[in-house]
Amino acid sequence: MVHWSAEEKQLISSVWGKVNVEECGAEALARLLIVYPWTQRFFDNFGNLSSPTAIIGNPKVRAHGKKVLTSFGDAIKNLENLKATYSKLSELHCDKLHVDPENFRLLGDILIIVLAAHFGKDFTPSCQATWQKLVGVVAHALAHKYH
Amino acid sequence: VLTAEDKKLVQQMWEKVSPRQEDVGAEALERMFVTYPQTKTYFPHFDLHHGSDQIRGHGKKVVAALGNAVKNLDNLSQALSELSNLHAYNLRVDPPRFSSQLLSQCLQVVLAVHLGKDYTPEIHSAVDKFLSAVAAVLAEKYR
Repeated sequence: MVHWSAEEKQLISSVWGKVNVEECGAEALARLLIVYPWTQRFFDNFGNLSSPTAIIGNPKVRAHGKKVLTSFGDAIKNLENLKATYSKLSELHCDKLHVDPENFRLLGDILIIVLAAHFGKDFTPSCQATWQKLVGVVAHALAHKYH
Repeated sequence: VLTAEDKKLVQQMWEKVSPRQEDVGAEALERMFVTYPQTKTYFPHFDLHHGSDQIRGHGKKVVAALGNAVKNLDNLSQALSELSNLHAYNLRVDPPRFSSQLLSQCLQVVLAVHLGKDYTPEIHSAVDKFLSAVAAVLAEKYR
């Protein structure tokens, strides 16, 4: 069981409260596909991913980014119970989607950079540390049911 | 492999960051020590408190080396050769995790904090590739 201090919970909720889930999700997913182009392997049916501009403007990327980050919000609401919360999603990513969990780490790091660009100096070192812990724990929960 | 476009973007980014170069190094190191406490094991001889002179000084060194790399994008191996020796034979910092993942992530966060929207996806991509290339050169002589 991961322990979250009161300060960490505060840092998580205060940032999350200011996040536009649709914009942020779209941006994070787009950047994943741009910075680590091999991740496009999971999105063959997304249409035009031929350039950064195409990826950023792609409506399927935007929609899926929003879906992913919305799910992240569920994690934040269930910090004490992440493995259970993500149990089905974990099975899905393993059995149906066949996603290497390494990709969860990549997306987590990208999300942090998106938040940093958005919040500037308000994204303090403590903030970053808490959020890196969070994305790590989420990635771990998502990988938990892999077999 | 860094394309001509990547190199241009890296140079552009470096120019934008120039006025704050002094801060970038210290900030990245501080974030790394706070976020990844295991990295502190390589600095038992340092005062690692916020604002420490040693962190500032070391940050400047790191940024100067990166600046040198930016000026020598066509020839990273040669430009970083001495540093590569230092990391392989003296420092022996765990290469794949330290340089390429943890410090790179923190450097990019600092760049994103300072550049905001200007840390575009294209620049982000080029910088990620650049830092990976630097880390690879630094790890070249490990064995």
